[in-house]
Amino acid sequence: MLLEVENLTTLFRTKRGIIKAVDNVSLSLEKGDFISVVGESGCGKSTLAYSIIRLIDSPGEIAGGKIYFDGKELTSLSEEKMRKVRGKEIGMVFQDPMTSLDPLEKIGDQITETLMEHIDVTKKEAWGIAREMLEKVGLPPDRVDSYPHQLSGGQRQRVVIAMAVSLNPKLLIADEPTTALDVIVQEKIMDLLNEMRKEGRAIMLITHDFALAAESSDRIAVMYAGWIVEMGDADRLTKEPMHPYTRGLIESVPDVWVDREIKPLPGFPPDLAKPPEGCRFRPRCPLATEKCTKEPPGVEVDGRYVKCWLFEVE
Amino acid sequence: MSSLRAYIITRLLMVIPTVIILLTLVFLILRIIPGDPITSMVGQKVPEEVLERLRHEAGLDKPYHVQYIEYLTGVFTGNLGKSMIWGKRPVIAEVMDHFPATLELTIFGFALSVILGIITGSIAAFRRGSKTDSGMRIYSIIAYTLFIPWFGMLLQMLFGVYLELLPIGGRITPGNSPETITGLYVLDSILTLNSTSLMDALSHLALPSLTLGIVLSGAYTRLVRNNLIDVLSQDFIRAYRARGVRERKVVFHAMKNAFIPVVTLMGLQFAILLAGAVLTESTFSWPGMGTFLIERIEYRDYTAVQGAIVFYAMFVALISLVVDVIYALLDPRIRY
Repeated sequence: MLLEVENLTTLFRTKRGIIKAVDNVSLSLEKGDFISVVGESGCGKSTLAYSIIRLIDSPGEIAGGKIYFDGKELTSLSEEKMRKVRGKEIGMVFQDPMTSLDPLEKIGDQITETLMEHIDVTKKEAWGIAREMLEKVGLPPDRVDSYPHQLSGGQRQRVVIAMAVSLNPKLLIADEPTTALDVIVQEKIMDLLNEMRKEGRAIMLITHDFALAAESSDRIAVMYAGWIVEMGDADRLTKEPMHPYTRGLIESVPDVWVDREIKPLPGFPPDLAKPPEGCRFRPRCPLATEKCTKEPPGVEVDGRYVKCWLFEVE
Repeated sequence: MSSLRAYIITRLLMVIPTVIILLTLVFLILRIIPGDPITSMVGQKVPEEVLERLRHEAGLDKPYHVQYIEYLTGVFTGNLGKSMIWGKRPVIAEVMDHFPATLELTIFGFALSVILGIITGSIAAFRRGSKTDSGMRIYSIIAYTLFIPWFGMLLQMLFGVYLELLPIGGRITPGNSPETITGLYVLDSILTLNSTSLMDALSHLALPSLTLGIVLSGAYTRLVRNNLIDVLSQDFIRAYRARGVRERKVVFHAMKNAFIPVVTLMGLQFAILLAGAVLTESTFSWPGMGTFLIERIEYRDYTAVQGAIVFYAMFVALISLVVDVIYALLDPRIRY
């Protein structure tokens, strides 16, 4: 197992109260696996990603659980050792390529600085690698001399990906990597991620776009209000969703080819400072019963994880 | 780098129209304001022939366009005319006697304010929301609102009178002046390896530049704090950390980004500082341009005042050129 997250809880101590953005979440990832974490904004999916690389800004903190990555337990690692994991063993791609590159530094300088932090290379060698990496993501190598503002959004995201994979990390976490891009560019960036995956890297894609997740990943984890409510094989989960939330999410995705009625999910995700008692999806759930006022158990049904009373076997 | 060169050349060419407009404005304003400079200088009871003679000597009886051309050629050949009082020395010589004093005080006060501002501002930003942060913000507001003569006198009382550590006025103890090369005493002392005059010049500089430095640092504290907080929350800072870049280097990149608006303020402040040193100069009997201007305005030395203003204007144009070049060196978005 490459990554094993066990009962991870990340909370934010705010003036309005304690917000459990990630609440007792477990998931695992094999080498070369492609998992998508899907959910609405504010469901905790990005917090989960940042918890794994331990970049949770104050007032947030990892309050419980363990993260095993490639033989190391990350939550107890010293800051210096964790720094060496970031970039070298886990690469990260961000949502908005317009803001995730330093506007004052050349592309080449940004790539080589990262390289030289982690591996013992001369400046010249590092620049050579930077050129290679740009070529690999489909950019002319002489773009190393460009500044971010001279590139388009799609090109910048390619640079971000080049940077993320330049040290050949075993895991690539992509936080909404295509959200800020137009559809055509989106497609190309997804192709690029798939290529990176073919080289044996595990990929964790954070997205709100169910269709995108269904198309590219092996497994999907659906998050709602800090919980993973359903997780399993991408095809089967898409075809036969079990959790009422997953079902609602799939039904709310518009389809260009099929003229079917879109059923948007009613209501909004709960305020995590005061979550509803019992199941957090209860106020929006069409199938809620008396039982749902207690927290549902997470059960394994047919190789799939689902956190719902409907599937509780007595 | 060629784009940087192109930028600098364009920017240099822009200085020419700027300076011509500046000079024209000074020329026009001095002629539009009512009252004849000669009459206001010597008084009304002087016979008309004497007034005529004085006007002729000053070249004020010629038609405006001739005056204008003579004035422009004068300025471009370094001739700002002759003072109308006391020995009638060339204005440029008078300016050169006083300008280095102001420049020296400005440089020291300015450097101190920037250093203080960056230190206090970054401490506040990195400890955002803490008691230290509140302390720095209070410092910034107090420093910003201090009245220079009052604060200067406070320092004079403390360091000069009670502690007897530092001189309270003047630029140097008579007899200690270094050989004149640039007119900047500190620089001249270093160049001539004269440690006595170096220490003497520095001790005289201490209080006036501390006054200026503290008062001006308030604005920097605020600006650095707010910018740094803004930059630190940007995605690319988080991206640096996510790539395992050392915190020290992340801070360097953050500071570099936060510094851009600070450079703008520095350019504006330096120009204001040159003119605004008047209060500091009079508090510390500093023989600079401020003291000189006040004196000449009192005596209605019209050519000296005009010359000093022209000199200031050109210097400010030069400073804004330097600031823009620094700007372009720092921010690639400007030079392309």
